Amino acid sequence: MSGHTFKGFVRPDGSAGIRNHIAVIPTVSCAAGVAANIARAVPPAVPLLHGHGCGRALEITMHQQVLAGLGRNPNVAAALVVGLGCETVQASSVAAEIAKTGKPCEFLVIQEQGGSRKTTEKGIEIVMRFQKHAQALQRSECPVSRIVMGLECGGSDAFSGITANPAVGLVSDWLVECGGTVVLTETTEMIGTEHILSRRAASPEVAARVEHIISQARRRTHDILGPLASCVIAPGNMDGGLSSIREKSLGCIVKGGGTPVTQVADYGQEPSSKGLVIMDGPGYDMESLAGLAAAGCQLIIFTTGRGTPAGFPLVPVIKVASTGRLYKLMEDDMDIDAGGVLDGGSLEDVARDLKALAVEVMNGEPTKAERNNQDGILCLAVMTPAF
Amino acid sequence: MKHDILLINLQDNVGVALVDIPRGGKARISSGERVEAVDEIPYSHKMALEDIRAGEPVRKYGEEIGRALSDIPRGGWVHTHNLHTGEQ
Repeated sequence: MSGHTFKGFVRPDGSAGIRNHIAVIPTVSCAAGVAANIARAVPPAVPLLHGHGCGRALEITMHQQVLAGLGRNPNVAAALVVGLGCETVQASSVAAEIAKTGKPCEFLVIQEQGGSRKTTEKGIEIVMRFQKHAQALQRSECPVSRIVMGLECGGSDAFSGITANPAVGLVSDWLVECGGTVVLTETTEMIGTEHILSRRAASPEVAARVEHIISQARRRTHDILGPLASCVIAPGNMDGGLSSIREKSLGCIVKGGGTPVTQVADYGQEPSSKGLVIMDGPGYDMESLAGLAAAGCQLIIFTTGRGTPAGFPLVPVIKVASTGRLYKLMEDDMDIDAGGVLDGGSLEDVARDLKALAVEVMNGEPTKAERNNQDGILCLAVMTPAF
Repeated sequence: MKHDILLINLQDNVGVALVDIPRGGKARISSGERVEAVDEIPYSHKMALEDIRAGEPVRKYGEEIGRALSDIPRGGWVHTHNLHTGEQ
């Protein structure tokens, strides 16, 4: 098992990228136009456009870490940070965090450069230099233990929890056995399973953190939705044969497989442990994907029942369709059909296909989302309104 | 061969119906065995794969999803009417 390898780009900090992107990261949405212009001029560069970076209090540290985390992601060969100047998330701080990985990273501040055109010109120069650096890098043999794999489910249906998610769970168990890291998130979808996940925690501290984040999610759901909170399960799910929120949530967390929970990380925080890590994060797919990418996931497995084309700019996202019907309906967007389980196939069959594809994607094979350029605006998690 | 009931985890004592199973129907379980439905099991609902006595755990995904409120025979329908989940 542990003999599995892939061909990756080894970064100066020892991490291994499965892609070799140049990231152009605006610290604040006011700098997004310049970041987009720079990236447009040097096509392989990826602009990470988002709507944040200022006007908030609680989220500022988190957003700064998330933006730095995106630049630190092993799939990034080099990063240019573009700041405006007066925003709360400062370009120099984000760039300093990224530079700690040892990869090339520079920053530009629009108000200091003398406006958008001058900044764009300077930015293009820098990115062209980065491009030469990136082109000189070669893939080399890496153990799969260096992979951090994020898990996501979105647009679930009655089959997600019995076909796609348990099959992904088998692949998660495989990666953990190989010494890799799996990140399970979407805390809202863990409600009702706190006693199960905490029992699987590797230490009493991790168990306490698991219970804490899930009870917080439960409270938040009630605060936001009030009496509607129960609609998360009833009545549609009940008609679908699910008897409780716990049973529904079990169908979500099964993606993580059955190994011990080694750590609970914050949204966008890089895990310091190997094995199965829980990242506290929202259930909203797009915010969840950004958190997983910022946490350093080089690969994301995304199960879906209703179907979604969403991908992420830096990270290949493999879509697992819960039924053959969805797979056929959205074949341009779906990578794996887990529906065989409903037609006499086994979960192990689907897991084998998924594992094989995951290794191909690690070696450079593009996912459907990558082929379709599914890399729009980044959504970062927020807790409070902007001021 | 195509099965009617999916057993997700070998530890489970319930399986999920992939088709509507009439009472008396001999359901093919993904583990290979056949179990006669003693109730009508609606599509995507749970069927007991062994006798579960009142108070005993009902297991799906290898985990306890609740306790039986009454004796549930092998082949019986398992849902909110006979499963105590401890949730409101």
